[in-house]
Amino acid sequence: MNTEYKPDVMPKKQILSAQIDLKKFEKASEEEKRQQDVMSASTSFFRDGMKKLMKNPLAVASIIVLVCIVLTIIIAPLVVPYGYEEMLSVNGKRDKGAKNLAPFEYSQAEQKYIEDGNYRFPHIFGTDEQCRDYFIRVVYGTRVSLIVGVFASIIVLIIGMLYGSISGYIGGRTDLIMMRIVDIIYSLPDMLIVILLSVVLDQRLKLTGGLLASIGTNMISIFIVFGLLYWVSMARLIRGQILSIKENEYILAARSIGAKPSRIIRKHILPNCLSVIIISTALQVPSAIFTESYLSFIGLGVRAPMPSLGSLANAARVGLQSYPYKLVFPAVMICLIVLSLNLLGDGLRDAFDPKLKR
Amino acid sequence: MSKELLKVEHLKQYFPVSAGFGKVMPLKAVDDVSFSIGEGETLGLVGESGCGKTTVGRTLLQLYTPTAGRITFDGDVLFDSGEEYDGDGKLILDAHGKPVQGKKVHVNMLPYRKKMQMVFQDPYSSLDPRMTIEDIIGEPLDVHHLYSNKKERREKILELMELVGLNSEHATRYAHEFSGGQRQRIGIARALAVDPKFIVCDEPVSALDVSIQAQVINMFEELQEKLGVAYLFIAHDLLVVHHISKRIAVMYLGRLVEIADADELNENPMHPYTQSLLSAVPVPDPRKARERQRIVLTGDVPSPLKMPTGCPFRTRCRYATEQCAEQCPQLTDRGHGHHVACWNK
Repeated sequence: MNTEYKPDVMPKKQILSAQIDLKKFEKASEEEKRQQDVMSASTSFFRDGMKKLMKNPLAVASIIVLVCIVLTIIIAPLVVPYGYEEMLSVNGKRDKGAKNLAPFEYSQAEQKYIEDGNYRFPHIFGTDEQCRDYFIRVVYGTRVSLIVGVFASIIVLIIGMLYGSISGYIGGRTDLIMMRIVDIIYSLPDMLIVILLSVVLDQRLKLTGGLLASIGTNMISIFIVFGLLYWVSMARLIRGQILSIKENEYILAARSIGAKPSRIIRKHILPNCLSVIIISTALQVPSAIFTESYLSFIGLGVRAPMPSLGSLANAARVGLQSYPYKLVFPAVMICLIVLSLNLLGDGLRDAFDPKLKR
Repeated sequence: MSKELLKVEHLKQYFPVSAGFGKVMPLKAVDDVSFSIGEGETLGLVGESGCGKTTVGRTLLQLYTPTAGRITFDGDVLFDSGEEYDGDGKLILDAHGKPVQGKKVHVNMLPYRKKMQMVFQDPYSSLDPRMTIEDIIGEPLDVHHLYSNKKERREKILELMELVGLNSEHATRYAHEFSGGQRQRIGIARALAVDPKFIVCDEPVSALDVSIQAQVINMFEELQEKLGVAYLFIAHDLLVVHHISKRIAVMYLGRLVEIADADELNENPMHPYTQSLLSAVPVPDPRKARERQRIVLTGDVPSPLKMPTGCPFRTRCRYATEQCAEQCPQLTDRGHGHHVACWNK
């Protein structure tokens, strides 16, 4: 019997067999064959995550909002001709009538100035009770709040990451002692400590000149408070991650190769808990902004005349019934920032958490 | 036997296990194990799960610090806890009943990590998911500074990938894009990167299915012929071990019970535990399989925390006598390099 295989010739059909009729099939063209060879491009973990993030409409919207806010706070001070602490003046004379103006309203002196044929930049959010342009104050307030939020999160991240990874990697008794210290700090009522520390540091830190003084002692005390208190949850989180990653065989493999602990932490452990770190940092920013606003609201935040969103809201409280919009602007700004950062953090978690893969 | 490469004497590895409220009990994962491996030779190590096979492998590479014993590699003592033993394998005691303390040795392992490597059991967890294949295979080269420039590093990596049968186009891919067999090849390439003389293969094929197992095992054999590496081949599949090994050691509850040439052990198992293990090996011929008598062990493996007195196997042994409960048998030579630890056989 000839058993040679001929792909184009139909073998003799057996009566009872379920043999497939080859005529029903078409031969693949060269192009189709080539398509089969193309394998999907190698995707790294991050590209994969970013792709998923970009499919999340809420996260994309928050990114757009945040980009708009950041662009505004960078560009606005260049465009708007008023300073955040500058009391309005017309032709070099203080304009005492420009008090508590409504949005886009001009004072009498300004009206006259415009009628004379000059251009006067509008007060987009109106003015406050000390004749200062409110828009630029909100912009500076947003700047301060965002800077506090981002830097405080970075401080928290650095301290928490170092502490947590050392504690988790060494383990044993070291871990036990380090984590009990964390528990003690955790059990302190944090708001109380924040208030006490900012009062004490404000008294103690007497800064003169330089960059630090221009930031203001209150701002620095806020950073210190964050550095001292809020790293504990980050440290706990990272320690937990490291404890579980440490058990993987690839860590053992790295040890059997002869890699030093610092290399193992840098090259193997941290990249593997990076998604968790990014997400919790993204969620840390709004909480820091919130705390800063809160402290400024009760008068312990940044020092006047430097505005922050919290202190602006506090100042607006006095004339709430006459000028409600003065509270609305900073409050809406806080909401926008915190909400979009929270949504972005959620989006990041959904995109990068392998357990939530759909 | 060819020139001795690795020698292990009276190796002990106890892990402290807390038994509530500050009480710590030793878990005897490896207890008084001695063997040696020649250059370019394969020693198979078999035993059921939890008997300490993996611990032996990891302790050899000093991933755990041994509790006691001496490890000699290529003429250098890597670890020595200092106890002395006499010719019968008994601890030499001084006048006060305490062991005589010799010189303690515990060398820095870094230079030896270039000569001793390990292939891991689970190809899914032994490769870092965030690294490309190039970086995984290149890591040993990085750690030991085995290249002078980037080009040399890449060339070496591609050479290694070719050696284990991987396509060089795959270098920039991540581990999750590969199948189990390919991943195990990556793990092997990583172990070979430093050009080792000795590789501990910790159940390298038990996570793979049978057809891939054959490929990987044949590759191990080819690499041995080409590069002259020695293996400690840990497995629980006797057929696989018999295929690849020159000699086989059988472990039970942290102790070696029998060590012999592969064929000798297969045809003439002496220890009752080895006999029952061999009788459980599936035979591909059903007619022969029906004729065979299986030795079924009764009872379970005792907890390593509560070891039986004397011989650890006596609780399940058909031949157990009073002597077995009193004294633990040592490995004794029964001719042709066949060592058995049993009083009755």
